[in-house]
Amino acid sequence: DYKNLPQRAPASIVVIDSKELEKYNSDWTGQYKGASRIVCRPQSTEEVASILEYCNKEKIGVVPQAGNTGVVGGSVPVHDEIILSVERLNEIHSFDAINGILQCGAGCILQTLQEKVASWNHLMPIDLGAKGTCMIGGNIATNAGGQYYYRFGSIHANIIGLEVVLPNGTILDLMSTNRKDNTGYDLKHLFVGSEGTLGVVTKVALNCPSLPSARNVAFLACNSFESVCQTLSFAKEELGEVLAAFEFMDKQVLDQVATEKTIPLKIRNENYNFCVLVETQGSNREHDTAKLESFLEQVMDSGHVVDGILAQDTKQVYEMWEIRESCNPIIKSKGYNYKYDISLPLSAYYDIAKKMRERLLPFPDVIVANWGHVIDGNLHLNIITPGNFEVDSQIKGMIEPFLFEYVVAQNGSISAEHGLGQSKNKYLGKYAKSEAAVTIMRSLKDSFDPNGIMNPEKFLPS
Amino acid sequence: MKILVGVKRVVDYAVKVRVGADGVNLKNVKMSLNPFCEIAVEEAVKLKENKAANVSEVVALSVGPKQCQETLRTALAMGCDRGIHISTDLRTDYMELQSDAVAKLFQKVIEEKEKDIHLVLVGKQAIDSDCGQVGPALAGYMSWPQCTFASKVDLDGDGLLVERETDSGTETIKVPKLPAVVTCDLRLNTPRYATLPNIMKAKKKKVDTYKAEEFGVDLEVKNKVLEVYEPPSRKEGILVDDVDTLIDKLRNEASVIQ
Repeated sequence: DYKNLPQRAPASIVVIDSKELEKYNSDWTGQYKGASRIVCRPQSTEEVASILEYCNKEKIGVVPQAGNTGVVGGSVPVHDEIILSVERLNEIHSFDAINGILQCGAGCILQTLQEKVASWNHLMPIDLGAKGTCMIGGNIATNAGGQYYYRFGSIHANIIGLEVVLPNGTILDLMSTNRKDNTGYDLKHLFVGSEGTLGVVTKVALNCPSLPSARNVAFLACNSFESVCQTLSFAKEELGEVLAAFEFMDKQVLDQVATEKTIPLKIRNENYNFCVLVETQGSNREHDTAKLESFLEQVMDSGHVVDGILAQDTKQVYEMWEIRESCNPIIKSKGYNYKYDISLPLSAYYDIAKKMRERLLPFPDVIVANWGHVIDGNLHLNIITPGNFEVDSQIKGMIEPFLFEYVVAQNGSISAEHGLGQSKNKYLGKYAKSEAAVTIMRSLKDSFDPNGIMNPEKFLPS
Repeated sequence: MKILVGVKRVVDYAVKVRVGADGVNLKNVKMSLNPFCEIAVEEAVKLKENKAANVSEVVALSVGPKQCQETLRTALAMGCDRGIHISTDLRTDYMELQSDAVAKLFQKVIEEKEKDIHLVLVGKQAIDSDCGQVGPALAGYMSWPQCTFASKVDLDGDGLLVERETDSGTETIKVPKLPAVVTCDLRLNTPRYATLPNIMKAKKKKVDTYKAEEFGVDLEVKNKVLEVYEPPSRKEGILVDDVDTLIDKLRNEASVIQ
């Protein structure tokens, strides 16, 4: 019974039935809406524990929520589960500048952490377009990827410690500052990417790389996807250890971005079918500049890159990343998004886009826009109906299950970094993992959460 | 018409500078082309692209250490034809080399090296020293007309029509005849990116280097900097839980209500 909840916590941290609930109940894509009447905003791990203990006893569904920027409906209730927001667990507990280890609460906004950590000459190991709103607890729970995955590795590679509250209210303290610790099953990794189904992350200890003194960004144009792949090979060979990011965008997404931002290269030129953003990060400016110049000369001589610009100052660096990071929000604003995030081998990476365009020829208004972390084999394939914000089941029928079957046939992943949430959980057994694997996942879930209160109807097929 | 553009190498605008014992710490700090100089370069290149202006050459000039060659390369990649580097290891952020000396160096270049300059375009100020003096001082030494804070530059017969922004509105100034000095403000134009093909071409463009001492200009500090310190840090804001606490803080801490 909800009425007992508020008595466990002061009035300022529980919101019931007010207009504020709107934003907690609605997800970023606008495609998912919950009907929760209660949001709890605990200010300490102990408060989280007492809320979960109570909900476990009363068998009340709980949706843990951080920045609510996910795109698979994982952060909003399916029905009227209560929402547990970690937004007030936003303290930075400590930063060890010698070892590069940050300890902070799950509710810290990623961009805030980036700025703070930069003032101590370090970097956060992840960066994504949602940085101004997403919180580190959510990044951990979703194993967020982002643009520097190639360079710094996944959250799994950077997580040093974790504090989690289990569904029964037990506080599991896995916080540590030891990079190496082979003592027992490494439980923290279970929670990374578990999308709030095994417990609530309350604190994290994270590895932070050093702030590079040299950062260079180039924005290049290629005629064909084959050229994009060749440019990527050149980048890995010539830039080596200073290569930090390599993102691609196709003409279709850039045409949309161009309606709101100025794109420096004349991508309307029919030859510029793709643009690539390359970033290097290193500790020696002259060294990096020399490598970058050699790389640029080679890719231009080879003809794979037909045009490009090199950022001359930090303002231009931000402007180039603006273009890449605008792809998602601008596409979202144009119409209904049929949104896909897949992993594919490079040989098949862009073929799927071409196949989708063929299949959707009967729908001439549809645009198939693509961008992504091509260096990780991760494609963001977005099909939109400009001007029309309603889902069209005929269009959807042309996309699914064809797209998933194609990905499976290529041994790819149907969800590279966005996760499953309530959008793709039904495909876990069908297109992603074996029956044996799903069985073990279910038994793990049952062992942690026997009453099934944590983020119900998400992640695992319901 | 031959144009001379001043380009200054300064701390990149995004850098959070730290103050040490000898002033702002420049070690290992990212340096870039001064944003207002970038606008001056863009204006020069635009004039060159305008057939009516009949520009024969755009020469970029930079005073500072050997890394100024990189700054000149950016200007060349944007479309300048040639570069001149006046080399000095004196600090150019006002601590050692100051505006008067720089203006006189520009004067020497115009009188001794590039004798037929019709127009000098410089940024309205540099973001490290914030003096805004080189343009006007140079005009004074050359006895040339000067238009500062230009937000629009148009050809007008033998001269120019320049709009300049002031706090009370826009002034339009007619320069009847060149040569003249124009200092460039933010809204004059949007500088182009340096494209790769142009960056490659820029490597082959000529850059002449001279030592600052060669010109016989007095490079001594005229204004002694007594102290450099960071502004007091702004205290972080706090969140209050209710109106009563807010009123209490406004009354007793901020002292803005009775």
